[in-house]
Amino acid sequence: MVGSDHFHQLWLDNMPQFLIGKAPFYDANFYNEEREFGLPRMLVSGHEELSAYLLREGMDAGFDLAFSNELRIDHSITCPLITLRPQADLPIVPVYTNIFAPPLPRPKRFVELGAAIRRLVEAWPSDQRVAIIGTGHLSLELGGPRQFGPHGPDPEFDRQAVEWIASGDLTSALAQVSLESLWLPGNATHGFMDFMLMMGVAGDNAKADHVDSLDLFHTMEAYFTWYPKAAQ
Amino acid sequence: MSKYLLDKFLYTIDREPALVERYRQDPRGTVAWWEAEQANLILNCPQAERSTWLRFTDSEREALATHNYVTLFELGSHNFLLLTLFIALFERDYGEPLAFQREFAARLGHWTVPYPDITT
Repeated sequence: MVGSDHFHQLWLDNMPQFLIGKAPFYDANFYNEEREFGLPRMLVSGHEELSAYLLREGMDAGFDLAFSNELRIDHSITCPLITLRPQADLPIVPVYTNIFAPPLPRPKRFVELGAAIRRLVEAWPSDQRVAIIGTGHLSLELGGPRQFGPHGPDPEFDRQAVEWIASGDLTSALAQVSLESLWLPGNATHGFMDFMLMMGVAGDNAKADHVDSLDLFHTMEAYFTWYPKAAQ
Repeated sequence: MSKYLLDKFLYTIDREPALVERYRQDPRGTVAWWEAEQANLILNCPQAERSTWLRFTDSEREALATHNYVTLFELGSHNFLLLTLFIALFERDYGEPLAFQREFAARLGHWTVPYPDITT
């Protein structure tokens, strides 16, 4: 499960760019998420064997991954769990990315990590089925003059971004998105790079099997599903 | 400039319910206590291995002591930390949902991109 810690456990005195949890359990959600979003406390089990495999093979593939043996996960992982599997009874592997505290990795690196995770999961010597689930966002402003408007801060970016993701158009996305350009649609838009990571998981030109978007008052939410051929 | 220390203040206050209330009720006193007692604690180290060099500039201290989120934004404090803590501090004083958040946006309305750099 790909998401981002929002200055909950991870802090600026020791900030990883990409981190994989390797623990038997993950407690979840923080006081300020209960306070602001009403999220419940949760306990989720972890798949340590898959974590260990992704860490070892990921590092051997050129990603200097940080790890955590005691990780409390936040809404970037618990919201998709609550939505997709409310009983939260399947073991997870958290993959945290830094979309939050500059200096950040560049978009291309997110795509590359997504592609590597896909390759490694497919090569995992196990008969267990694995879903790769990620959360990111479209244009978003938090703590700035464009926040909490009647729609997302940049509907044109959102329209374009949904098209890139739905059609798997990595070429256009990588050509038009940079760390610098992502400030323009909204000051919290770097979370789009987690969507780009998921485009890397899906593969170049991979059309999404399911596309939906929801125009909310302050951001557009978008949902994409790709089914691997072997699962169909 | 000590953007890191501004962010450390916002972060360590925001995650403690009692400190959120203390900062709401006595911002100047809380900032003075925090700078004297907490600013140099490395969060994953014991007291004895604290840092020795972290302090606010006068303008940073004054902005925190007056709950001045416009100046804190302009000093480059992290937008997410700033918004999250200030919602906790002041949303309760507004009758309509999102009224505080919209006022926050309006008071920053003179800003267009590029915003102040939040890189620490």
